[in-house]
Amino acid sequence: MAAKFDPIVGRYVHVTLRGREHRIYFEEAGQGIPLLCLHTAGADGRQFRYMMTDAAITDHYRVIAFDMPWHGKSTPPDGWQDEEYRLTTGAYMDAIRTFSDALGLERPVVLGCSIGGRIVLSLAISRAKEFRALIGLEAAAYQTPWYDREWLNRPDVHGGEVCAGLVSGLIAPQSPDAARWETLWQYMQGGPGIFKGDLYFYRVDSDLRGEIGKIDTRVCPLFLLTGEYDFSCTPADTEATAKAVSGVEMTVMKELGHFPMSENPAQFRRYILPILDKIRGTTE
Amino acid sequence: MQTPLSAAIERLPKLVNDNEALLRRGRYLTTDIMIEIGAQPYYISIDRGRISALQRGPIVMRSWSFAVRGSEDAWRKFWEPYPPPHFHDIFALAKQGAFCIDGDYQPLITNLLYFKELLAAPRALQAKVQ
Repeated sequence: MAAKFDPIVGRYVHVTLRGREHRIYFEEAGQGIPLLCLHTAGADGRQFRYMMTDAAITDHYRVIAFDMPWHGKSTPPDGWQDEEYRLTTGAYMDAIRTFSDALGLERPVVLGCSIGGRIVLSLAISRAKEFRALIGLEAAAYQTPWYDREWLNRPDVHGGEVCAGLVSGLIAPQSPDAARWETLWQYMQGGPGIFKGDLYFYRVDSDLRGEIGKIDTRVCPLFLLTGEYDFSCTPADTEATAKAVSGVEMTVMKELGHFPMSENPAQFRRYILPILDKIRGTTE
Repeated sequence: MQTPLSAAIERLPKLVNDNEALLRRGRYLTTDIMIEIGAQPYYISIDRGRISALQRGPIVMRSWSFAVRGSEDAWRKFWEPYPPPHFHDIFALAKQGAFCIDGDYQPLITNLLYFKELLAAPRALQAKVQ
């Protein structure tokens, strides 16, 4: 019997970020409009494997997902063992733009989830002309911090188990077991303190409420989609952002939580396909 | 129809102790916790992941490591097979103020997946009844 292969291919690219060498892992599939996907805090690009194996998407889009520095199969920079990882808005923006330039992507669509959704808003604020369209999943300009992050990285608590245990509640109860546990597996594999360091960006460094009024959706269309079971970035959080931006299209996704593309891909495609079709129709 | 809350909690030892995967997940855990449904406290003793005792309270001077408290309405929604948004997870409930979790968080956090599954176990009863 012939072996079954995914149409996904993975490679490493070497880039310099803020003066430091990074070896970044990325995967891609498909041809057409570049669609750059940004994973959630403490996870990696595998979250997009279903989009990369969906011909309805890959027939028209080149879907690309890189593992952020310090995440997944991207090698942490030399000297990592002596520092505390903390993601900042500036470093995150640099990583996205440098990676996109390294691959020669021309006005990509950027789709980001959670912290990826937050940084999409920053891209919309200050770099809109560089992108064809922007899609924020589980995105808001601000969310109220609601728990003690110190538990996420300490020697007497298993980091992988606690990260998975925490985010398990952000998955909708309707999501199928296999996809739920695959999503959690990725959280169990994160490096020590990486999820916590990403949340520094999320909770401390990126309150965008004072800036989102600058977004001009005529320059670059902006779509926001949030799962009804997401209690970290709630539909109300996203709605507050959507109300502050003229021309934004917002959707509340039923029976989905904080990880729509990986927790229930069949349900998610019902929401994302019409948006990708629309972007293709209006920008090609 | 719905399983009464008292019947649901009283089935908890069997639901947990018959679940081999859950017992394995909690194999290093021995502690006592308290669950309060409305004004009614229940004390649960856990011995290496197995529920060794469930006692209806109040019991004066009884100690526990941590407590999970909520209204009858909050527990009823939490135990639906598919709870409504924001009633589906103990921290979702705590964030919106419908659950209060207090005491020593160490045993809860170090066994978070175990406790989330234990506390949600009565959902299986509702699925059967309905």
